[in-house]
Parts: sequence; C-alpha cells; structure tokens
Amino acid sequence: MISQQLLYALAGIGLFGIGLRATLLHQMLLERLLALNVCGAGVFLIFIAVAYGGIETAVDPVPHALVLTGIVVAVSATAMALALGRRLQELDDE
Amino acid sequence: MIELLWSIFDVSLVLLVLALAWASCSTQDMMRAVTLFIALGLILAIIWARLKAPDLALAEAVIGAGISGALLLSAIKDYPSTTTVLSRQSSLVEWVINGMTLGLVIIMTWAVWHGLNMSDGLRLSEQVMSQVPVSGVSNPVTAVLLNFRAYDTLLELAVVLTAVLTVLNLNHKRADVAAASPLLRGMTRWLVPLLVVTAGYLLWVGAHAPGGAFQAGAMLASAMILLQLSNPSSLQGFNLTVLRILLVIGIFIFVLVGIWMMSVNDDFLAFNPAWAGSLILIIEFAATLSIATALTLAYLGGRPTGWEFTNPVHSTKQHNGEPS
Repeated sequence: MISQQLLYALAGIGLFGIGLRATLLHQMLLERLLALNVCGAGVFLIFIAVAYGGIETAVDPVPHALVLTGIVVAVSATAMALALGRRLQELDDE
Repeated sequence: MIELLWSIFDVSLVLLVLALAWASCSTQDMMRAVTLFIALGLILAIIWARLKAPDLALAEAVIGAGISGALLLSAIKDYPSTTTVLSRQSSLVEWVINGMTLGLVIIMTWAVWHGLNMSDGLRLSEQVMSQVPVSGVSNPVTAVLLNFRAYDTLLELAVVLTAVLTVLNLNHKRADVAAASPLLRGMTRWLVPLLVVTAGYLLWVGAHAPGGAFQAGAMLASAMILLQLSNPSSLQGFNLTVLRILLVIGIFIFVLVGIWMMSVNDDFLAFNPAWAGSLILIIEFAATLSIATALTLAYLGGRPTGWEFTNPVHSTKQHNGEPS
C-alpha cells in the first residue's frame, strides 16, 4: 500500500516541481498561469495520494473535500488573473 | 498477475502525467501548451478515479480540464503572440531557480516519505465515518463539504463571487467570435440539453454517490460556454437582473439557512439531523446556480453589454473601479 501511495505522492511532488520551476522561469503571464495550475495539481495529487489507503480500506474524505474546494478556487483565481492581465494589456495599448 | 498489471497501469499513468506536465510547461507555442494542459487534466481525472476519489475525477474533468482549458484557450488571443524567445531569465537566475526547486523537491520527498512511514493511521476519516449517518447525506465527501466543514464551502462561494466581481469590473465582455460551423451548432442542440440533465442528475445524486453542487454547477457552465461558442448571440437576451440574482443566490441561501439554524440550534450552520438532508439539497441547488453563472461570466471575460446601471449616454466608455 505504501508503495502505491508513495508512487503517486512522488508524482505529485514531480508535478509541483515542474510547475514551480516553470512559473519562476517564464515571464509571460499566460505561461506562468498555466505552470501555476500544474503546480497546484501537484499539491492536489500529494493530498489525494496520502488520503488513499489501499483497495480494501476506506479513503479519507476530508482531503477529498479540501481538494474539491481547491479545484474550484484555482479556476476562479485563474479567471481573475487572466482578467487582470487582459486589463493590463488594454492599458498598455492605450 | 493482476497486481503486476495494476502496477504497470500506475507507473504508466505517473510517467504520462509527468511527461505531459513537462511538455506543457516547456513549449513556446501557447496553443500546444494549453492543449497539453487539457490532456494533463484528463489524465489527472483518471488518476483521481484510480485513487478512489470519483468526486474529484468528475470535478477535474469538468473544471480542471474543461473550464480551465476553455479559459486559457480563449485567453491566448488576448495576449500578443511573442514567438521570439524573450521570456527566458539570465542563466544565473535560471541556475538559482533550478537549484531552489530541486532543494524543495528533495525536502518534500523526505517529508512525504517520513509522513507515510511514521503514520499511525490516526485520521479524521474515522470521525467523519461515525458522523455521516447524522449528516443528512450518505456521500462522505458531500457530508464534509456541506455539513462538517460548511464554513469552508460558504467562504469558497465567497471567493468565487469575489473573483467574478473582479472580472466583471475590470473588462468588457470579450468580442464575440464568428458563428461556428453548422456541425458544431447541430451537435450543440443535442449536447446542451444532455449537459443540463446531467447537471441536474449530479446535483441530486451528490447526496449518496459521487457528484454535488460544484460538479453540477460546472457542468451547467460548460453547457452555457458551448452555447456561446456555437452561437454567440444565444446568451445575449439574458435578463441582467436575473443574472445578478443568480450570481449571489448561492451565498444568500447559504447564509439564510445558517442564520435560521442559529435561531433554532444556537450555532451558525449547525444543521438538525432531521432536516439536514433537505437543507443541504436547498443550499446545493442555489450554489449550483451561482457557480454556473459565475463560471460562465468568468469565461465571457467581463460584463455583458448593458450590465451597468449608469446612464446609457455615459456607459459607452468604460468606468473603471465602479462596482457593478
């Protein structure tokens, strides 16, 4: 059981690392936002991997609820950041 | 044998997700990056299903892959296409960032390894499972979201509302794209009613099986986005007063129920076990409408024409920072 949890948790850490690196490296807003979303997906994956206890045991529903909240907040934050970026673009063009 | 097959499945999912993430984050072509990101979301949805989180699989497929993807795709043309590679940092900065990320990854790996090995199995899940029978619903995730941690969900709705209000205040609605091909329009006629029915089903079934307000709301929003894409004029006739009410009804009903429960049970959002099921359904119904409206407006990228209450003579130019 540990091995499966560990495998997915490591994948989550990998996603987090890839996303974080790209967020810091890129300078275009859109690329950064996308990378930040990948980074967030990594955090969700770590959470859910830790909540998973194997085929027989029941999963822990609390991290599931937290991640569900996280997914919705992430998409709202992305929409807001895109709107801010678009406004900046308009101001630059004027 | 079965064990081995599962292991192969797990390893290939993990490798696929990492490869997609890497490819999506390192390509210069934004169209390609966003497409890969959507694929990443779909693979993640399979991973959630594999890790016994079907609620999340639904949410990820609709929100993470669907609506985020649509948002990012429609944003590509808002930003100037810089095909030249000017977006790279200097090599020293790059090394520092690589080093820091690697260090963080190593520390996190250590922490997770330790956490998994040291865990004595003491979890909140036992407490949750023992309380689910009095929560009014039998799906533990819905019970946590709308009963045990109802505060979180209320504030989450507030976060969504705040984000959408910002979007509405900053920009005008994005210019409509040309009408889509007859094929898409024809398909939309079939898909939209199906999506609406599915949303209703997810909302209802969330009490005892995977589903719930967020998945249903997002499903409804994706139906609206599809309508907008196939026929840009289809959302224009929407009554703006109704839209305003829909946007806030989720929080309004939630707070109203909370205060009502406070007068009955002396505690904000402390549901009576006897009524909890119906109360949760009422809250979820209102929340679904609000989430659907919020996500649709967020996709449209700003306030629709005529959203302001101001004098029509002045409202042709944008008013910045004016609450709508």
